[in-house]
Amino acid sequence: MTGPQIAFLIISALTVASALLVVTGRNLVRSALWLVVTLFMVAAVFTTLEANFMAVVQIVVYIGAIAILILFAVMLTRKVMNETQPQTNSNWWMGAIVSGVIFVGILLMILSVDMPMRPADDVSGQIVGLGNAFVSPDAFILPFEVASVLLIAALIGGIAIAMPREEES
Amino acid sequence: MIPLEWYLILSAVIFCIGLYGVLARRNAIAIMMCLELMMTSITINLVAFWRYGNVIDLSGQVFAVIVFAVAAAEATVGLALAISIYRNRDTIVANDLNLLKW
Amino acid sequence: MNLTLLTWLIPVPPLISFLLIVLVVNRSKALSHTVALTSVIISWIMSWIVAFSAIAQGHHYNEHPIHDHVHWLPTGDTFLNMGVAVDNLSAVLLVFVPLCIVAIFLYSVGYSNFGKHLDDHDLPGSPPHHGIEPLYSRFFAYLSLFAGAMLTLVVADNMLLMFMGWEVMGLCSYLLIGFWYGREYDNPKQTPPRIAAIKAFMTTRVADVFMLLGIAYLYAEAGTLNFRDIFFNEDLMYTLTHEPAVIGAFTIAQLIGLLIFIGTVGKSAQFPLHVWLPDAMEGPTPVSAMIHAAAMVSAGIYSTLRVFPLISNGGGHGANLTMDIITFIGAFTALFGATIAVAQYDVKKVLAYSTISQLGFMVAAIGMSAYVAATFHLMTHAFFKALLFMGSGSIIHGVEHGMHDVHEHIDPQDMRNMGGLRHKMPTTFWTFLIGGFALSGFPFVTAGFWSKDEILGDAWYNGHYIVFTVLCIAAFLTAFYTMRQISLTFFGKPRTESAAHAHENVWTITLPLVVLSFFAIFAGFVGVHAKFPVLGELFGKNPFGHWVELALPEAMIPAHFPFDWFPVIMSIVVGVGGLTLGYLIYGRNPMQSADDVDPVKRLLGPIWTMLENKYYVDEFYYAAFIKPAHWIGETLTFKIIDRGIIDGVIHFVASFFWKAGEGSAAVEQVAIDAPPDRMADGVRWTGDAMKYVQTGRIQNYLMYTVIAIAAIGLMFGFLLA
Repeated sequence: MTGPQIAFLIISALTVASALLVVTGRNLVRSALWLVVTLFMVAAVFTTLEANFMAVVQIVVYIGAIAILILFAVMLTRKVMNETQPQTNSNWWMGAIVSGVIFVGILLMILSVDMPMRPADDVSGQIVGLGNAFVSPDAFILPFEVASVLLIAALIGGIAIAMPREEES
Repeated sequence: MIPLEWYLILSAVIFCIGLYGVLARRNAIAIMMCLELMMTSITINLVAFWRYGNVIDLSGQVFAVIVFAVAAAEATVGLALAISIYRNRDTIVANDLNLLKW
Repeated sequence: MNLTLLTWLIPVPPLISFLLIVLVVNRSKALSHTVALTSVIISWIMSWIVAFSAIAQGHHYNEHPIHDHVHWLPTGDTFLNMGVAVDNLSAVLLVFVPLCIVAIFLYSVGYSNFGKHLDDHDLPGSPPHHGIEPLYSRFFAYLSLFAGAMLTLVVADNMLLMFMGWEVMGLCSYLLIGFWYGREYDNPKQTPPRIAAIKAFMTTRVADVFMLLGIAYLYAEAGTLNFRDIFFNEDLMYTLTHEPAVIGAFTIAQLIGLLIFIGTVGKSAQFPLHVWLPDAMEGPTPVSAMIHAAAMVSAGIYSTLRVFPLISNGGGHGANLTMDIITFIGAFTALFGATIAVAQYDVKKVLAYSTISQLGFMVAAIGMSAYVAATFHLMTHAFFKALLFMGSGSIIHGVEHGMHDVHEHIDPQDMRNMGGLRHKMPTTFWTFLIGGFALSGFPFVTAGFWSKDEILGDAWYNGHYIVFTVLCIAAFLTAFYTMRQISLTFFGKPRTESAAHAHENVWTITLPLVVLSFFAIFAGFVGVHAKFPVLGELFGKNPFGHWVELALPEAMIPAHFPFDWFPVIMSIVVGVGGLTLGYLIYGRNPMQSADDVDPVKRLLGPIWTMLENKYYVDEFYYAAFIKPAHWIGETLTFKIIDRGIIDGVIHFVASFFWKAGEGSAAVEQVAIDAPPDRMADGVRWTGDAMKYVQTGRIQNYLMYTVIAIAAIGLMFGFLLA
């Protein structure tokens, strides 16, 4: 058991624990905060993979934008659901079984495949490479541009959906 | 060195936790949070495969970034929908929304 | 400068301008014409860069011409390619087409009364009275699309792209001829624009179907539509020119050539499909200039010139039915159009028939293998005919202004209502005179003389004496009616108050006239016969001819004919003779009032009436095609066949089956209905039972989905393990 492995195990344990708290928590605000923790731990997982840029993006995009957005949504809507009500629906046991079955399936699949790959030693220059890959015509400029169009569409859609109608105001 | 399997198993665990949440939670916003968990587990997979594969080829990271974009878009529209439903129906319990029932 | 890229870009600016005007800037009239003019000027500059760099490379250009293509449509294991090419022939078109287009665009600005206020009495779809054209932006959008299509056609490297440009032009001509769609006439014999537009479209459509057949046949036989790949491929050309076609008397090449030529007959208004062109005069005058000079009719001749290697059966000599047909149609049309033009009063109709006649000259020249002469006349004709059309538009415009000043109601296009405009509109007069003299072939100083002389010389040298005679008569008549037109319009005294109050137009109208009259004079000198005494040497021994003929593969270049005095003298005699006779009859004793009888009418009597009515071709078509079609549609098929025979049979059969049906209905209810009814009940019961799956709750659906995925995954795992 080497140092990095121990670090990874600690990080994963924290990740899984906080993810479980997200799913089971009765108080939605706390759930959202645990989500922040989970996402932060995932960023830590990225650093163990030496994907530093991804870690930063994870924090900025997921925690900085998405989780905060969720927090706001929770606060805007929290008066209709308090902690006394049940937080799970009547089918929760079935969900648990299905998730468990799928987990076992994935686990078996992972273990059945031989993975001889060793991590590469030198991962320098990945940010430059990533930047080039996004704007190079023979790499990923098209998906990149499509993603930006998607974001614009989502932005406009979000405004259009959430905007109060005339007759309501 | 950390074996690749560990990352994949971690990812699978988070994915299934998220899946359980999506299937079981009543609150629409909680469902959204669980969806985010599932998405982020996918990015772990992508980045791990990049790290253990050909690091020169950055496709893994590129797609992870695109998953970020999709997650952001999904969160925007999803939460807007939740707010809109909340405003119109005064509820955000997913099971109460059964207008399309038989 | 990358010439290939530039060639790709030539047709683009007008097309962009079309979209811009239609989608963005159509609210602003000034911006619309700015966009349109800028776009065609850019195209013009690019075309001239391409054309003159090609010409500057001289005789070696043809070894490596500009050519580029992209894979466009996968057809099995090959591709249909789309591309651009500039060869010696299209370089010539790139010189004169964009120039004429720019002139026409500029002219349109003035013609549509730009700068005046919108008159509230002017309705969209009818000609403006005093103010600016209400549909000004739309007009420029159409013109831009037209220009873009024409330039596409010129730079196309294959038949299909050319055909696309061709068809887009057909559409634009429909839109533009019918531009004043709301105009109606009191006189039932006058065709209103919307009818004229439909007529033009339908007539050319008839021809285009044949052309498309020719293209399809060519593709079936050659496997490609690229001009160069076909004409410069000796094996392929050998097959095409030696195998007999599906119709016995032709070789494959000849039949394809003939079919494509029929397209030209429609587009370039040759007999018997010429009927649309005179009516096309109902469009605004810049459109007439566009259609009859710069673009559409040129496109017709151009397409025939393009497939010249096929028509001439690989430049082969001997009997060639296609060439004979083409020569006959051309020569006949030349004479036919010229005779009708003599008896027209409408200033634009004269020019319309003159165009038909001049196109006949070109077609006849192609039929006599006078490739260079036909191209040469195409170019010079474009210049002077665009000039004449725009000049006539300027005249009409001037007279209309006079009409508004004196509140008189006359036909502003009728030459009998004009006269004496020489002093009122000096610029128009001089430029029109230049154009008219070029059209008549005034010796030595006008472009029309040299090109017409070239055609006559070819006819004489190649022994087509009958054609030579016919063309000489046509040329004589051309000079005569041109002088008649000039005399009636400009000489004498004004015959109406309106003409007396006409005045010169704004600079946007006159500047294009001046520019084009420059070319109507000097464009002819590039093609002077190399052996012409003194002048041949002086103008560089026919540089035009030596350039254009290289568009053909070496084996197909027609022989150079030696210089001969006889045709030159003949063309001088007919040109000057016609002008003189015209002047003697109309210029020296000008008509005094609008009601005077035309002097030649007194002379010819009933023949004149026949000419004035255009040999009754329209009436003949009406009686021979449209009436029978009506009769077949209305009386025969509807009343007799449909109502009488078919309906009778149907009613009989129906009543029979009605009875039979009533009988079997009873049987059916017992024997046949029962099982399906039970089945339907079963379906309904199952549906009732299963509907509870549709809970309307998203998480339940998601659950089903995930369970299905898990099941499929397990199944795969089981199968693979």
